[in-house]
Amino acid sequence: MYKLESKAIHLHYGDFHALKGIDMKVTENSVVSLIGPSGCGKSTYLRLFNRMNDLIDGVKIEGQILLDGKDIYDKNTKVDELRKKVGMVFQKPNPFPKSIFENVAFGLRVNGIKHSSYIEERVETSLKQAALWDEVKDKLKKSALALSGGQQQRLCIARALAIEPSILLMDEPASALDPISTAKIEELIYELKKNYTILIVTHNMQQASRVSDYTAFFYLGELVEFGATRDIFTNPVNTRTQNYITGRFG
Amino acid sequence: MKRWSDIIFKYFGLACTFIGLFLLSVFIYKIISIGIERIDWNFLTNYPSRRPERAGILSAIMGSVWIIVLTAIISVPIGISAGLYLEEYGKGKTWYNKLIELNITNLAGVPSIIYGLLGLEIFNRSLSLGGSLLSGASTLALLILPIIIVSTREAVRAVPNSIREASFALGASKWQTVWRAVIPSSLSGILTGVILAISRAVGEAAPLIVVGALAYVPFVPNGPMSDFTVLPIQIFNWTSRPQHGFLVNASAAIIVLLAITLFLNLIVIIMRIRREKLTKK
Repeated sequence: MYKLESKAIHLHYGDFHALKGIDMKVTENSVVSLIGPSGCGKSTYLRLFNRMNDLIDGVKIEGQILLDGKDIYDKNTKVDELRKKVGMVFQKPNPFPKSIFENVAFGLRVNGIKHSSYIEERVETSLKQAALWDEVKDKLKKSALALSGGQQQRLCIARALAIEPSILLMDEPASALDPISTAKIEELIYELKKNYTILIVTHNMQQASRVSDYTAFFYLGELVEFGATRDIFTNPVNTRTQNYITGRFG
Repeated sequence: MKRWSDIIFKYFGLACTFIGLFLLSVFIYKIISIGIERIDWNFLTNYPSRRPERAGILSAIMGSVWIIVLTAIISVPIGISAGLYLEEYGKGKTWYNKLIELNITNLAGVPSIIYGLLGLEIFNRSLSLGGSLLSGASTLALLILPIIIVSTREAVRAVPNSIREASFALGASKWQTVWRAVIPSSLSGILTGVILAISRAVGEAAPLIVVGALAYVPFVPNGPMSDFTVLPIQIFNWTSRPQHGFLVNASAAIIVLLAITLFLNLIVIIMRIRREKLTKK
């Protein structure tokens, strides 16, 4: 069984047909990168998996998204339960104006966990997973906004990991970062792959080829090509994919 | 051409700023030069009197303190909740939300004496609260509610949407997002609005006179149902007397009132600095 499946997904923003029948199957513990020019629906597609599009007025969704075989748009799905299983990291680091500790603990607290030694343990583990622990262990009470951009983004990753999701959605997580921080995030993705299924939107072709097992090329709301990253980058079937990857447009 | 207009406007704007500051400093200088020598312990702890040299402002200060506290207790929770509702829940979605928004903006511009008449009718007469502290505080609460609502909305609107998304993405409900992410992020803005609104209430005399506050109060209020006076009414009363001694008293009382207002503003500034330390550093 696939970890994630999308079946004939159509999405409308009012009159605008943003996603036109997307089918995709994602195996567990793999990294899928979503590439394509701006405004072609990658982020919109990514945000379907934790139902973040629900927050936008006038969005109409048809089709099915299956997580472990269950439709997440089913009436009986509890959205907050879903978002515990599907973590998200955004394009710009968005820590809360709270301490580093409280940022990571946020997800645990909103999910009703009060046991303080358990919270402390989860915070430490998550910060270690996000390769940030050594840099912040002495200043957990300090404001998260004092961290650098790259550190903030790793904090946001730690925050998403703290509630132990099985899937991680990343929306251009390194686009606002310098090359060194970007390299750290990529290393991190490589590590996380062992335990998580990761979907990552990226505009950086090298990044897609470095970190992902599978690549999906989106163009004007359609999924043009989807397959193993190696195949997409060395031997694309569709000429539009080839043109995009080689930098002839986009 | 463009550079000349830039320069002209720059100095015009500078001049305008100085006109305001200049007039204010002349006023403050005059008040202080007349009133400062009158301020001593006796002035602060005596009750009003027919003889200016024996009159004090104890009952007015205590009345003002009572009014500040009661007004804040009534208006702050209602104002913040209403602002949060309008910004987070009912943002122009339905016709009645649009109507409410329009009305609140307009209410902020209604003259305070009108609120006094409203208070007289509702609190003093219909609810039979008379000219009590509770009646006056309720009236002032109505007066500053629009200010609190508008400033709460502005503070909440300034919270970037990415903060809300971050909270939702971690499985937080709407309520948890508002309570744990939006309010902490906008707290300094909300509190600034609250304190500025309260400083406005401290300076009001007209609505309280209409509601039934007294001018001569030789006692300290002992509860929310007590009769009362406040500093602005005491000042107003003294300035209408012919003797020079009362003019000096009025100036001294104005200095005290200014000190209270400045103190409230100082709290805002300190809170903002502390908050910025927490959020930026």
